[in-house]
Amino acid sequence: MAITLTDKAAAHVQSFLAKRGKGIGLRVGVRTSGCSGMAYKLEFADEILPDDITFESHGVKVVVDPKSLPYIDGTELDYTREGLNEGFKFNNPNVKSSCGCGESFNV
Amino acid sequence: MALLQIAEPGQSTAPHQHRLAVGIDLGTTNSLVATVRNGVAVVLNDADGHALLPSVVRYAPDGSVAVGYAAQAEAARDPKNTIVSVKRFMGRGLKDIAHAESAPYDFVDAPGMVRLRTVAGVKSPVEVSAEILRTLRLRAEAALGGPLVGAVVTVPAYFDDAQRQATKDAAQLAGLNVLRLLNEPTAAAIAYGLDNAAEGVYAVYDLGGGTFDLSILRLSKGVFEVLATSGDAALGGDDFDQRLFCWIVEQARLAPLSPEDARLLLAKAREAKEQLTTHAETRVTATLTSGEVVDVVVTQQQFWDMTRHLVQKTLAPTRKALRDAGLAPEEVKGVVMVGGATRMPNVQQAVAEFFKQTPLNNLDPDKVVALGAAMQANVLAGNRTADDDWLLLDVIPLSLGLETMGGLVEKIIPRNSTIPIAKAQDFTTFKDGQTAMSLHVVQGERELVSDCRSLARFELRGIPPMAAGAARIRVTFQVDADGLLSVSARESTTGVQASVTVKPSYGLADEDITRMLKESFEHAREDMHARALREQQVEAARVIEAVESALAQDGDLLNEQETATIRALIEELRAALPEPADHRALKRLIDKVAKGTEEFAARRMDRSIKRALAGKKIEQL
Repeated sequence: MAITLTDKAAAHVQSFLAKRGKGIGLRVGVRTSGCSGMAYKLEFADEILPDDITFESHGVKVVVDPKSLPYIDGTELDYTREGLNEGFKFNNPNVKSSCGCGESFNV
Repeated sequence: MALLQIAEPGQSTAPHQHRLAVGIDLGTTNSLVATVRNGVAVVLNDADGHALLPSVVRYAPDGSVAVGYAAQAEAARDPKNTIVSVKRFMGRGLKDIAHAESAPYDFVDAPGMVRLRTVAGVKSPVEVSAEILRTLRLRAEAALGGPLVGAVVTVPAYFDDAQRQATKDAAQLAGLNVLRLLNEPTAAAIAYGLDNAAEGVYAVYDLGGGTFDLSILRLSKGVFEVLATSGDAALGGDDFDQRLFCWIVEQARLAPLSPEDARLLLAKAREAKEQLTTHAETRVTATLTSGEVVDVVVTQQQFWDMTRHLVQKTLAPTRKALRDAGLAPEEVKGVVMVGGATRMPNVQQAVAEFFKQTPLNNLDPDKVVALGAAMQANVLAGNRTADDDWLLLDVIPLSLGLETMGGLVEKIIPRNSTIPIAKAQDFTTFKDGQTAMSLHVVQGERELVSDCRSLARFELRGIPPMAAGAARIRVTFQVDADGLLSVSARESTTGVQASVTVKPSYGLADEDITRMLKESFEHAREDMHARALREQQVEAARVIEAVESALAQDGDLLNEQETATIRALIEELRAALPEPADHRALKRLIDKVAKGTEEFAARRMDRSIKRALAGKKIEQL
């Protein structure tokens, strides 16, 4: 399994990284907080820690910590536009239920 | 499913706790809103893809309010209810507004700030600005997918307390939490990352649609200080359009135009001006209502020649600002270009020649202020780590002080202090048994209250009756990061307190500040004498008061002859009090009274000691 990015998501990540001027890739993960159990973490990655697992998707390095991986393995990260709002969306096959807005979830 | 943004390492927020913050450039002609998304500052567009929101508000007869392009379209048809350039009226009284008679509005003179009578009722500039800010807030909330925690709103560096407070009020009225107000040139400098650049002096050249501002900033230890500001409130890109328009009319030998034709040609002139930024020549074609066809070709060189005087006109305030800051053009480390009109190559070239360096112009000059404000808002909202936290400082332009006895000014916060700042000073009562104190807050450099600007008055009541000079009243002046002043007074034994937040009723223009400063230098000697005289007058009044109260209490210690002598001395002093020859003459009389009452004072001292000791054993003492 792996974490993948859609073409669109990868293009945006690369453009954000370029504008930011530093960073080696994208760090995704989960944290135990929020109204429905787990919450996604989406950050720029400046370093890879010894235990980290990395994937490569459309030229973007995706970094995941080993504890997070089971919760999000198989996830495809997309970039979409909803009205004026735009941003990243996790299509996570592990999710059993999520809160109303989808910001936190249970597996 | 909520859409997520990439955060800085370790800065991911908990769900539903996105600290969404925006920067708003509330401009005279156009306004913008920007935010930091995925680590990059971006301007937020409306649903039609427009970044700029024309700063125009129209009140329609049916009670609806239109903001932006919709309002702008109606400006010519319904000028009275369509408010443009409301920024010029913020925090201003009717008499502060230049050419009020030529503006199409129905002004209502109100204390503090002018009002505008519209079909929807009388509106203050704060309410009109709030409509613009509300539109931007809604746009930002739609674009970011949630309520905002706050906004940084930019204001011109020369805005005074009244104008800043009005801007803050407008933002609050629009439902925005103002994280802070930020000077426009400082925002532009931030957008270019100059806050991380080498220390030194930077110039911000801001040529907008209708106004020109030049600011000199000094960056030291990551802090921007505004050293000087200058400008021309009636010079901007519109003047270039107007000049080209006149040229076209001359070239085509047109008869006086109808308003519709004039508007059409003016719009064509603007298009041509924009074309000439990147093209060596352009053709202007238009068909007038009379059927007459206008068809002229204008070259870049012709356009530059006809607008040379306008470009030159921006350099005079530039020189002035440098002179005020005591700097030569060579000492400026970098020049930031702001405002759409700075796209014109001839403007770029003139600025480059003046400062002998290529100005910074790789960011969109229309957006640079909003982008800088967004970056500042992002920090203030807590979306960045503490170690790269910035602190932006400005200085207060004029000293702030308190009126003391005799109409003198006690300066509490000197001018050019960096803000935020708080300073406290202890004051006391002047009369025995005084239970209240009136505090008068003033702004200015002069020694006498009558020569300074009055900001506020308030009273501290409930001071316990004590002998004159025994009470301790601590007065604290606090200027917050937005340059707003609050003053509080607290009596130390009882803790009674009173305070006031200053919303100055009238604004001070740049020239007023300069004038007030200049006067304080010119009148320095005069002021010194005036102060010395007032001080002696206050002292004389205090001595008279003290001796009289002593006579009333312990008059029996003196025989008739002695009483008469003392009374005569007091009367002599009292007679000289209103119009003394000079402060030295008054001082001599005060000394005379002091000398003449020495014996009396000694007897009173003896009596009070006896009283204190009466009936007490040695060991009790």
